[in-house]
Amino acid sequence: MNATDRPLLRVERLTKRYGERFACQDVSFDLWPGEVMGVVGESGSGKTTLLNCLSARLGPDGGRVLYNTRHQGMRDIYETSEAERRLLMRTDWGLVHQNPRDGLRLAVSAGANIGERLMAVGARHYGEIRQAATDWLGRVEIDEARIDDLPRAFSGGMQQRLQIARNLVTRPRIVFMDEPTGGLDVSVQARLLDLLRELVASLGLSVVVVTHDLAVVRLLAHRLMVMRQGRVVESGLTDQVLDDPQHAYTQLLVSSVLQA
Amino acid sequence: MYVSVKGGERAIAAAHKLLAEERRGDPEVPELTLPQIEQQLSLAVTRVMSEGALYDPELAALAIKQARGDLVEAIFLLRAYRTTLPRFATSLPIDTGRMDVRRRVSATFKDIPGGQVLGPTFDYTHRLLDFDLAEPKPVAAPDAEESEPQAAQPMPSVAAILGQEGLLEPEEPGDESAPLTDLTREPLSFPAGREARLQALARGDEGFLLSLGYSTQRGYGRNHPFAGEIRMGDVTVEIQPEELPFPIGIGEIEVTECQMVNSFKGSKTKPPQFTRGYGLTFGHGERKAMSMALVDRALRCRELGEEPSSPAQDEEFVLYHCDSLEASGFVQHLKLPHYVDFQSELVMVREMRERAAAARKAEAAE
Amino acid sequence: MSGTETGYNYAYLDEQTKRMLRRVILKAVAIPGYQVPFGNREMPMPHGWGTGGIQVTASIIGPDDVLKVIDQGADDTTNAVSIRSFFAKTAGVATTTRTEEATIVQTRHRIPEKPLKEGQILVYQVPIPEPLRWLEPRETETRKMHALSEYGIMHVRLYEDIATHGRIATSYDYPVQVNERYIMRPSPIPKFDNPKMDMNPALQLFGAGREKRIYAVPPYTKVKSLDFDDHPFEVQRWDESCALCGATDSFLDEIVTSDRGDRMFVCSDSDYCGDRQAARRKEAAE
Repeated sequence: MNATDRPLLRVERLTKRYGERFACQDVSFDLWPGEVMGVVGESGSGKTTLLNCLSARLGPDGGRVLYNTRHQGMRDIYETSEAERRLLMRTDWGLVHQNPRDGLRLAVSAGANIGERLMAVGARHYGEIRQAATDWLGRVEIDEARIDDLPRAFSGGMQQRLQIARNLVTRPRIVFMDEPTGGLDVSVQARLLDLLRELVASLGLSVVVVTHDLAVVRLLAHRLMVMRQGRVVESGLTDQVLDDPQHAYTQLLVSSVLQA
Repeated sequence: MYVSVKGGERAIAAAHKLLAEERRGDPEVPELTLPQIEQQLSLAVTRVMSEGALYDPELAALAIKQARGDLVEAIFLLRAYRTTLPRFATSLPIDTGRMDVRRRVSATFKDIPGGQVLGPTFDYTHRLLDFDLAEPKPVAAPDAEESEPQAAQPMPSVAAILGQEGLLEPEEPGDESAPLTDLTREPLSFPAGREARLQALARGDEGFLLSLGYSTQRGYGRNHPFAGEIRMGDVTVEIQPEELPFPIGIGEIEVTECQMVNSFKGSKTKPPQFTRGYGLTFGHGERKAMSMALVDRALRCRELGEEPSSPAQDEEFVLYHCDSLEASGFVQHLKLPHYVDFQSELVMVREMRERAAAARKAEAAE
Repeated sequence: MSGTETGYNYAYLDEQTKRMLRRVILKAVAIPGYQVPFGNREMPMPHGWGTGGIQVTASIIGPDDVLKVIDQGADDTTNAVSIRSFFAKTAGVATTTRTEEATIVQTRHRIPEKPLKEGQILVYQVPIPEPLRWLEPRETETRKMHALSEYGIMHVRLYEDIATHGRIATSYDYPVQVNERYIMRPSPIPKFDNPKMDMNPALQLFGAGREKRIYAVPPYTKVKSLDFDDHPFEVQRWDESCALCGATDSFLDEIVTSDRGDRMFVCSDSDYCGDRQAARRKEAAE
């Protein structure tokens, strides 16, 4: 059986509780290679909890997250060892935090931030690491001359682009993104979205992107899930869901954006 | 018995009487004299003078006696006395380069001009209880050879030696015409200047600074320290009277100074240079001077372009919490009556519990 | 036991403690470079003076041993003198300053210049054993990183050095990888000494008292200093030679001789330097 016959990520009835309250309940979906899945909902809807469960950072109370590994087929990520999970996280997976300061090493240079994952998987040639860092700065539209600057000297938009480069340098198969444009100015957001769309397409990345901003999913996501109170209330192709929302909550969500 | 609602005055008077008795201890045992404390508990005396911010060994000895050896309490006594003193003059900065040195060590060079002078140190003693000290002994005659005064050799500071090659960052002289912050007269404000920081650290609690300095060594704000030089000895305090064209010496004080040499900074454009941290105490106070120097360097992080991430680098955290009087007072004030606040809480918690119980009962009845 | 301080056991520590330490040492030898936690004891010297090394030495020393103690390479430095006299007193052992005569060499910050032989034990005093400490202050996380061989961050540090200074700027306590597995701090020896650790015939034991860790490099074990393919590990070099013995191949201490900044350079290893001076005198006399 060929690995491409199967989804890259399969989520089955995923449930996470905080005490009595369900943070997310019975969430199921497949993510295929090259596909971008958007998850929208207001704060408290459970979308960030879902992302944390998917990215192996928060053990669920029920259900499974299966990942199509390179050599062992579909595996429940919560049944792999911590060593395997951590290896996945620095090779196959990427994670883009809403606040770039959570995803960057602020005390080391931009070049080292990009090079870290390469070194973590065994790169031992300084010149090559530096070349890769230079290339990636270019790809995320940061002036190469800033390779030795510390990230805290960067603007918010640049920090976010640096965080993206730091994740993509090892060519991950899946990238999890949590409000990647949150906290940025509108003009900066637009530029970042363009860049993300171009990178996702050219690298054939699979992405799960969580956001409250419908403009982000409109531009990036192929498919969409709308979450409310921990449950998926509606899902489908992005354009379909946004142009012809079926669920009352989705309708409200879409109309509130139009009015704004 | 704990003071009840009435009769507090009588209880306090009785407590003070008891305290005086406890302080004196068994009347069969001879009473301590101030010279005994000053001479034989001299390191306690210097700590009380340093953190009490008053150079007066006799009063410090008195404070220690009165405080029954509780040094934080003794520091409190001395500070409370100090604050009543009028200020006649402001001394010139002391010149530790002209110190009459009794101890001087550098961990950065095996030998230095003027040599390493071990002096009176615990450093290389084995910590084995010396049971011979248990009983008083007659004083041995001074060893003639040892008491031979050493030929005075110039002792340039290690910092100056490193500075000649530009290896150590220069000490910025600052604006001498600008008035210095004086923490004994003005409140702290942030960001604090280095002089305010050093004053606060000089008066700061030794234990607190020790732990903070230690935390930087263990990775919480690391700055690669080397003990460039520690020197201890007497320096002259001088004042410059307005009516005289030259300064006059008004006395000698014993101080310990630590010049810490720390990790180098540098970039492609600026050659690397070691950075410094500074510590100074009255008397012989090496542990405190070194801790102070480590914390001083840690607090310079912003100025040196380091990201503050650890407690020792957090100026507000360090300076607001380093003073033993403030800390001891506030922690111990919890012993004071809080009847009223607690009563208010009691009433509220009871009320809320009653309401909850009533609601449960109502639910059960449905 | 003749020559021992009354009231204390042979070599200061009680026998149960020594057995515990020996078990820890055996484990450390079995897993080269792995830091084995142990129950540190209060010693009559302060932490930072070498309590870890002293406990290791106390647990392995016997009446037939010959002990050499150096600090900064020299036998006559104050702390070396103090530790040597401690063991002379409490264990009644013979002491020496000659590297080749010693069965145990306890050291702070150096490896002797003369090559060590099979059967000798080098005991290092270690202030901070954890090589990942500056990058990650939390012990729970560093132990995980060791367990999973997550060492990429060590090279991030070296990368930063090269990016900023054009070269790896770590000059002492230079991290190594032992037996192609654990990353280890060699204690603050100059990187000049790092190559001596590799395939050394002697047993190397490391004791960190305050941090409560013992680790080891067994004889003939690979020890590699971390580097990049295009920025290989290098040791310090001096333009000067030793002012006393003329050595050009040893680690040199700088001594400031005047307040005008005049300096001279002499061997840090006093035994090595002394032997070379004696040989020169002999040559001159012949």
